[in-house]
Amino acid sequence: MDASTWVPTRTPPNLLARLFDYKPFLICVCLAPALGLLLVFLTYPLGLGIWLAFTDAEIGRSGSWVGLENFDSLMEDRVFLNAVWFTVFYTAAATVVKFALGLWLALLLNHHIPFKSIIRAIILMPFIVPTVLSAIAFWWIYDPQFSILSYVLVDVLHWRDTYIDFLGTPWAARWSLIAANIWRGIPFVAITLLAGLQTISPALYEAALLDGASPWQRFRFVTTPLLMPILAVVLTFSVLFTFTDFQLVYAITRGGPINSTHLMATLAFQRGIPGSQLGEGAAIAVAMIPFLVLATLLSYFALARRKWQQGPENE
Amino acid sequence: MATVSIRSVRKAFGSTEVLHGVDVEVQDGEFVILVGPSGCGKSTLLRMIAGLENITRGEIAIGGRVVNNVAPKERDIAMVFQNYALYPHMTVRDNMAFSLKLAKAPPAVISDKVGRAADILGLTPYLDRYPRQLSGGQRQRVAMGRAIVRDPQVFLFDEPLSNLDAKLRVQMRAEIKDLHQRLKTTTVYVTHDQIEAMTMADKIVVMHAGNVEQIGAPLELYDRPANLFVAGFIGSPAMNFFKGRVESGAFRFDGAQLPLPRAAPGVNGASVIYGVRPEHWQLSADGIDAVVHVLEPTGSETQVMARIADTPVVCAFRERITAQPGESIRIAPDPALVHLFDEKTGVRLN
Repeated sequence: MDASTWVPTRTPPNLLARLFDYKPFLICVCLAPALGLLLVFLTYPLGLGIWLAFTDAEIGRSGSWVGLENFDSLMEDRVFLNAVWFTVFYTAAATVVKFALGLWLALLLNHHIPFKSIIRAIILMPFIVPTVLSAIAFWWIYDPQFSILSYVLVDVLHWRDTYIDFLGTPWAARWSLIAANIWRGIPFVAITLLAGLQTISPALYEAALLDGASPWQRFRFVTTPLLMPILAVVLTFSVLFTFTDFQLVYAITRGGPINSTHLMATLAFQRGIPGSQLGEGAAIAVAMIPFLVLATLLSYFALARRKWQQGPENE
Repeated sequence: MATVSIRSVRKAFGSTEVLHGVDVEVQDGEFVILVGPSGCGKSTLLRMIAGLENITRGEIAIGGRVVNNVAPKERDIAMVFQNYALYPHMTVRDNMAFSLKLAKAPPAVISDKVGRAADILGLTPYLDRYPRQLSGGQRQRVAMGRAIVRDPQVFLFDEPLSNLDAKLRVQMRAEIKDLHQRLKTTTVYVTHDQIEAMTMADKIVVMHAGNVEQIGAPLELYDRPANLFVAGFIGSPAMNFFKGRVESGAFRFDGAQLPLPRAAPGVNGASVIYGVRPEHWQLSADGIDAVVHVLEPTGSETQVMARIADTPVVCAFRERITAQPGESIRIAPDPALVHLFDEKTGVRLN
């Protein structure tokens, strides 16, 4: 046989090959790993948590169905109601400041400033330090005796006569935690908004400049509307992260003093694990779900994609 | 409407100088095109007129007023950007009205001016659309509309047609020219496309590597290019160049010889570059032999890629050519339309 007479031989595909060519089978095989992961790591724990919320389970006792009893008792539980209130306040206060400072930093970094990359690296730092480690650092910063803030204010600047008891009184502790959360959350906001700012074409600013817009007008009429879509996404994520915060509070105050800084997440853990009331802890965690759904829906509808972004090409 | 004077303008980015002293005078109502290859500094010069880049040295005056230190919005100019720079979140109406709103014009004036501009540009049915719902040509028109409503002293265009397809480009070319003839606003237009420059300009400024090579009316540049660069840049297909010497009343190269133009005194014995435009070759029985390589009939004319000795040559004939590739044709240039350039300096000799 030479090159001119050779033809490729075609062998009929075997059973396995034909099975994998069968589309419904292929779809099932390809979906199985993802579905399995979702079931094991998402659906099962979430389902179990919701189930536990309706039982009187304790650690070591599987518990039985009690209906809404857990929620009924929570409704009259001052510590729980206080935790709900503080969670909402904590989220609102921290988010407002995080966005104000984050946007300001992003705008700053979007310009040509000296040492830009170093500043960018410094800004990212709170993000790369493990939260518990930074929480311990804050614990020191807020220490009644060894606080560096107190030291600077009292011994260096002489602005105060007494050391500040950051974590000993309810309001001081609340603001201290909010400050720590802001410090922790700014990098996420600043870096994502910076990415958003960089998608805005410089030509638009030049056009606005020639149209006679002042710096404030360029921010108001060009930057803000064009940044809105990404702002909405970042806002949603930031609210979700802040609302479900656990590490900072648990590492710095553990909910104290006298339960004044409990977030819903820390209270759920406190009641469920150290307090061994699994059912009640689960009920507190489940009570967060409506708030989270509400926050997501709000940003989805109020800040959803605008008409100029989507829709049919020609209407 | 106003004049624009560019006097010994230099521009440096750091230690790199990109414009080496440019002088251009734009008359009132004139349509001036800055043309040149990428990186020649033409867009930088335009942005300096707009005030988007500062002027390293020299001065730019608009309407007799030196604007070196005048903010862009005070210069009374309007610019059309290469990518149009339309505000994506504003409708066509709001895009055009934006500058008027910032200037706090009364609503009646705004709607009147926007309406009139939309009318001129045929945009009235699209006023409530967003830029993404428009075609390339419509976006281009909105960008012009945004410039028109401001009624500026000078229009600046930065390669406005380069994002359009070939057919639309020809159409918009005519529209821009028509618009200029109606509005008679002084216009400075940047392009790298010499056809655009030739068809639209009252005056062309050919730029190359940060210098002005020649300034003149389109046909002036075509008929009498001042140097080799302009000769090669203007005209399509490009001019043929032959390197050789002038000896005893004729131009000699590669053992062949070509007739000299009449007005070329004092070039005897000199090393020169001889230039002939493709369309200035004629079929002639007493011409020189050229071996045909490729024939490109376009209907109205036939382009022939051939070789004279070892030098490639492009000819464009009105006649139909029957020669086949590999065969010889006899061609001769029209001596009145031949260009001679100094071999060293590239400066025109005749």
